[in-house]
This record gives sequence, structure tokens and C-alpha cells, in this order.
Amino acid sequence: MWAISILKHQSDEIKKGAFMNGLSSVFNLLAYIAAAVFVLGFLNKVVLYFKTPSPLKIPTTPAPKTSMGVVVRLIPEVLFFRSLLKGGAAEKILWLGGWVFHVSFLLIILRHLRFFTYPVPGFVMSFQQIGIWAGLVFPLALLILIVRRFLNDRLVTITLFADYFVLGLIITIGLTGLLLKYFARTNLVDVKAFILGLLTLSPVQIPDSPMFLIHFSLVLILLVYFPFSKLMHAWGILISPTRAQVDNPQEVRHVTPWAQ
Amino acid sequence: MADFKVPELTGEIITPKVTLGATSGIKPFPANEELMGKVGFPAKKSADWKVKFLAKMGEILKKYKSVRVFLDICVRCGACTDKCHYYLSTGDPRNMPVYRQELMRSVYRKYFTTSGKLFGNLAAARELSDELLEEWITYFYQCSECRRCSVFCPYGIDTAEITMAAREILDSIGIGSKYNLAIINKAETIGNNLGMGGPALRNTLDFVEEEIQEKTGVDVKLPLDVEGADILLVTPSADFFAEPHIFSLEGYAKVFHQAGVSWTLSSHASEGGNFGMFIGNYDHMKTINGRIWKAARDLKVKRVIAGECGHAWRVLYSFSNTLHGPFDFLDPNYRVPQHICDYTLDLVKKGAIKLDKAANDDFSVTFHDSCNVARASRIGNEPGGQFTIPRELINAACNKFVDMAEETIGERTFCCGGGGGVLTDELIEVRVKGAMPRMQALKRVKDSNGVNFFALICAICKAQFTKIFPYYGIEMEEVGGIHQLVGNAIVLGAKEGV
Ligand code: HEM
Ligand code: SF4
Ligand code: SF4
Ligand code: SF4
Repeated sequence: MWAISILKHQSDEIKKGAFMNGLSSVFNLLAYIAAAVFVLGFLNKVVLYFKTPSPLKIPTTPAPKTSMGVVVRLIPEVLFFRSLLKGGAAEKILWLGGWVFHVSFLLIILRHLRFFTYPVPGFVMSFQQIGIWAGLVFPLALLILIVRRFLNDRLVTITLFADYFVLGLIITIGLTGLLLKYFARTNLVDVKAFILGLLTLSPVQIPDSPMFLIHFSLVLILLVYFPFSKLMHAWGILISPTRAQVDNPQEVRHVTPWAQ
Repeated sequence: MADFKVPELTGEIITPKVTLGATSGIKPFPANEELMGKVGFPAKKSADWKVKFLAKMGEILKKYKSVRVFLDICVRCGACTDKCHYYLSTGDPRNMPVYRQELMRSVYRKYFTTSGKLFGNLAAARELSDELLEEWITYFYQCSECRRCSVFCPYGIDTAEITMAAREILDSIGIGSKYNLAIINKAETIGNNLGMGGPALRNTLDFVEEEIQEKTGVDVKLPLDVEGADILLVTPSADFFAEPHIFSLEGYAKVFHQAGVSWTLSSHASEGGNFGMFIGNYDHMKTINGRIWKAARDLKVKRVIAGECGHAWRVLYSFSNTLHGPFDFLDPNYRVPQHICDYTLDLVKKGAIKLDKAANDDFSVTFHDSCNVARASRIGNEPGGQFTIPRELINAACNKFVDMAEETIGERTFCCGGGGGVLTDELIEVRVKGAMPRMQALKRVKDSNGVNFFALICAICKAQFTKIFPYYGIEMEEVGGIHQLVGNAIVLGAKEGV
């Protein structure tokens, strides 16, 4: 609330029409629902995976002999998609598109943190410039990921509607973001007031910008979609038994309750 | 010789175009009602099979993190699509690992996820049907559970886990593979996959003793069921009768003889292999594996050594301790169990046995990393020992060794095409074709280095390659075990300085 009051006087333009009020209430409510679905849905999957046992030792070998070793194995998998690099030419293109997409996505999220914080921490500030570049390469990387799915008969065969859907959704988020920045400019102070209002549980008007409404709605859809989709790979990569298990079946007896 | 087109040996592995249904007609023979009953599965498919199917699948989803997580997280990036030897050689899209998994994933979506229940076709959810069942039977028996796909997947998704789960589900609704279940039944009731009883086993061991005596003049024994021996050797039963397997058995016997240790085979546990793993059935795997540890207890041995077998080594190395550990009745100074290559190489290094490399000068040797050893276990103390130890041993036993192309060995090794429970005649077409990537790599070292000995440490690999080499115009005598080379080279007789 303190944040809002500081911001309020900077932003006299917030309109108070009945329509916007109604729309604002709907969006504020949807935002809470989406956030709840995302957090609870994600946690639910995390708990489900945690509770589901691995009765047998199945690391894909050669595998590390210690837990520390597993961490060392996973770091390049997460940071550099190392296993993809073992593949051929098709995987190199995939790697390029995929890696640039993920890194720029991360940078964009970091840049967005300026809307979520007050005052804005120094590290968020330091990502502002590179975040702008990331915003520009982001759709290009996604374009590679989309186009490649049409170019090769194996990918054409395996690709499902869901794959185009999520790529399309994310690229549209990126493009509407760019439009907001370069063409359909919005009052960022209003945006920040809106987000902080959500965060501090004292909702305010949603910015009066159709482009922002679209951008924001798509993000909510992504949040809701996330826990029920393949996007859970973000967590799965860390716990996949073939990668995360220690290769010590002889040294340590591995037991799970059902497999006694 | 074959009523299908055998791939041409060019030395190149070229990714084929997608050909829908290329191998859709190739299925394993079903187990009959009697056999199904013997191994504890429903005799046949019943009217309520869908209920049983979903119940089993639900149970597996709760019991196996691998299956649950793999079904959820695949992003269909396609990295695995051209990594399976069966796809590379047939072009059937269902042999692309991700598309094989899709057979199960589509059912998972339909019955176990919200989106599948809500959006059906749009979410690529598939309803259970007889048609789907036929696809399962076909393509989950065209996977050799070799794990090559998991190496290249950004999340390590291992199609073998899905295949095993699928076979378990099929068995639970009364649809089994005759080949696999017959072997399981024999291993559990008689003690080995061949159904060879104690007396028959003794006969073959006598025969091997005579052979060695004839060839070397040395009296090398192959003891059976000797209580109080130090070492129990557990080896695939093919070693007792098939060629070239039996030459490796001669090799092990010579090594033990020359090392001067007391050892024994067991008639109760005369099988290292474990087909329970191939069908993804925990209980059968445990029962079969249990015979080995019972024998070790009954014979009061101090250590257990495993002969040349890929999936046997996986079960022994990776699963034994879970299934029947702890092994505190055995000597803790040794690995339990230890791989024969590890054991022999150690003796060579210590100078306890001597190898005369010149004895193998007729051979130019290459080594095939068997997938279950390469990607599902370890030999020795260090990760990657499964690659270095067999090679060191080969190099100690012969003068001419060359590796095949790097992208076809080590963790990226190509399966022989006959592993994982597909080593049966009705699947010969996928077996012959599935070997193609391996054969192309072999072709290259044959051309460049005149390779004429294809060294293996897997009984199934040996059986598979002896069968399919002739299809590719190569003599089946070129297939052999590492301990065949060791057996040729080992210097028998009194030890110098001892
Ligand atoms: C721990 C974090 C994450 C890691 C390590 C990771 C890793 C990967 C990898 C290795 C791939 C496969 C290769 C590729 O397509 O680039 C992939 C694909 C993908 N990831 Fe992630 N990811 C993470 C988080 C996310 C998040 C938060 C999203 C957000 C929406 C996301 C969206 C996607 C999409 C849409 C694909 C599929 C691309 C395609 O269809 O071509 N990832 N990810
Ligand atoms: S490589 Fe892994 S994530 Fe990619 S399609 Fe294959 S199984 Fe799915
Ligand atoms: S486990 Fe081997 S045979 Fe099965 S899909 Fe993967 S690569 Fe193919
Ligand atoms: S038979 Fe040999 S190569 Fe083939 S799957 Fe088994 S270990 Fe692998």
C-alpha cells in the first residue's frame, strides 16, 4: 500500500470509468486465479513426483558415484542443454533456437522484475539493457523452433497441436511485448501500480491499453497451462531418474517401500 | 535367404524418410493360455480388458517415477527420433523413440490427465481400442530396451522404461510374448533359460573339460555345485552349449585354473540372464535373481563373479543389491558381484596369469559395447570402466585392436538389434535390419583394418550376430567373446617363479 500511495500521485491518468472498473475487477480476479493455479499446480506436480518412488537404480551410465557428482552432471544439462549437443546437425539447430529462447526468456523475466519491486533492486537494474536485446532475439529464436517443426518429416510426424499451441502462445507474448514497447506504448507507471496492487493484495485499475490487456491475458493463459503440460520439463530435468540418480548400487543398498 | 530387403553395407548410416507402417506387420508370437497361467498372468484377454489395463497402468504410474515423469515432460523436441537403430533401419515412425512412447502417452492423456479428459483429440488423447492394442504389441516388441535414446534426450527420457511398463501392462491383461515367457518359466522352474537340468549340465561341462584337455593337454576342471568353493561363477546358460559362447566358458575356466583359485558353477543358478527385466516384471526379475543368491548362500562361497552377458550384468550390478541384498555373507573385499573382465584384467595386471598375444595374431579385433553394459551399468571402480576395462583386456590378449567410429561406441553404442527380449525368429526382419547401424560401423573397420574378430561380452549379442552376420555376407565365425581371446592367449602350466 505504501508503494501504491507513492505511485498514485505520479499517475493521475488512471481512468475511473465504470467499464474499466468492471474490467479491472475481472482481471485482478483472473490474475489471482492464474497465479494460484500455477503455484498450486506446480507444487502438486513436484510433490507427486517426489512421492512416486524409483524402485530400481536406473542412471544412464557412465554416471557419477556421488550426489555431488550428480549436481556436476546436471549443471551443464540445465545451463547448456548438454545432451542435445551430443546429437547431429538437427540438434545443433534445435540447440541454438532452444538455448537462445530459454536464455532470452530468463533475461526478459529478470527485466520484468522492475514491475514487481519497489524500490527496484540493483541486480534487476543491471539486466535492463540486456533484457531489451533479449526481447528482440526472443521471437527470432522461437521462429526457428516453429519453422524447424515444418522442415523435417520426423518432426512433422511427432509434432502435436499442443506443441504449436505453446510455441505460438509464447511468441505472441513476446511480440505483443515488443509492440507495447515500441508501438502501442503504455504508461508503465500504471502497469507498475497495477502489478504492485496485485502483489500487495490491494488491487487497482488495470492500465487502459488494449495491447497490454492482450499481453497480460496471454501470460495468464501460460501460467494456467504450465503445470498441466510438457512445460513441467523445467522441473523434470532436475529429477529425471536416469540423470539424477547416483551410480552406487553396490555400495549403497537402494530400497523403496513397495519394492521390498 | 530373406524375404525382406537386407540393408546394403556401405559404411554409412543414413537417416531414412518416414515410412508409415513399414514394420507394422511384425509381431511376437503370443504365449498360449497354459504358458500365461504358468507364469502367473491371466490366460487370455477378457471382455473387461480395458478395466484391467487402466488399473495396471495406474499402479505403474504410482510405482515408477521414471514412467510418470517421462510421460509428463517430453517436449517432443525430436532429438531422439533418429537415434534408434530400428528407426534408422526401417523408417517406421513408431520406431522413433518419442513416437513409440506416444503409444502410451496418448493413453495416459486420455485417462490420467485433466487436459486429455477435457480436450480429447485436441490434446492427442487416444481411447483404448483393439487397434491401439495391436500397435502396442507390435512396437513395444520392436524396442530392445537399449537406452540409446536416453543418451541424447535433454531429460534423459529412457524409452526402455516405457517399453517395460507397456509389456507389463500387456501381460496383465493376458497378452504375453511366447518367447519371453517360456524362458522365464524355464529359468524359474529349472534354473536356466534353456531348461537344461543338472545332469545335462554336468555332461556339457565334462565335454568342455575334454575339449580343453585335447587342445592344450592341460587338465582344466569345470566344477559344478562344489560347496565351500571361493568363487561362484554365474554366466548366461548359452555359454554351456552355443557357439561361440562356449569358447568364452573355456576361457573363464582356464583363467580360474591358472589363477589357482577354487571356483564353482551352480546347477540351481545356472543362468545369469534375467528375462524378468525385459518384460518389466519386478516379481519375476526378483525370483530369477534370487536363485543366484540362494546358490551363493548354499554353496557358502566368498564371492560371485558374472560371466559375459549384457542384461545379466545390468540386473546383477544395478538391481541385485536392491532385490536380495545386503550381501554381508560374502567377502566385503570384493565387488558383489564382480564382472569377469574386471577379475581377469586384475589378474593380468598383477602378473597372476600371463597372456601370449601372439596366439591371437590371426585376428584383427574390434569391440562392440553391449548396451546394457555401456549405458546401464559399470565395470570396476570408475565411471566409464565399462568401456576401458574390456578394451584393456582385449589389448592384453591380442596385438591388433581397433575401435569402430566414435559415434557408434561407448555410451553412444548401437544395439545389436536382438536385445531386450526380441531375440526370436518371428522378429528376424527387425533383428536383421536393427543391426544395420552396427554393421555399417563394422564394415568401415573391416575395410580399413581388415577386422575379422568381433569381440563381445553379451550372450544375446553373440547369438544375434552369429545369426545375422550371414545375412550381411559375413562369416558367423567372426563373432566371439573377449574370454575366447583370453582363452587362446593364456599361458597354461607351471608359473614361473611361483
Ligand atoms: C529449468 C529451466 C528450464 C530448462 C533447463 C529447460 C530446458 C529445455 C530444453 C533442454 C528443451 C528442449 C530443447 C529445446 O526445444 O530448446 C526445452 C524446450 C522447451 N522449453 Fe524449456 N526449459 C526450462 C524452462 C522453461 C520454461 C520456464 C518455459 C516456459 C514457458 C519453457 C518452455 C519451453 C518450450 C516451449 C520448449 C519446446 C520448444 C519447442 O517446441 O521447440 N522452458 N526446454
Ligand atoms: S529427445 Fe526426449 S524430450 Fe525430445 S522428443 Fe525425444 S523423448 Fe521427447
Ligand atoms: S531403448 Fe533403444 S530400441 Fe528402444 S526406443 Fe530407445 S533406442 Fe530404440
Ligand atoms: S543384446 Fe547386447 S547389444 Fe543388444 S541390447 Fe543386449 S546388451 Fe545391448
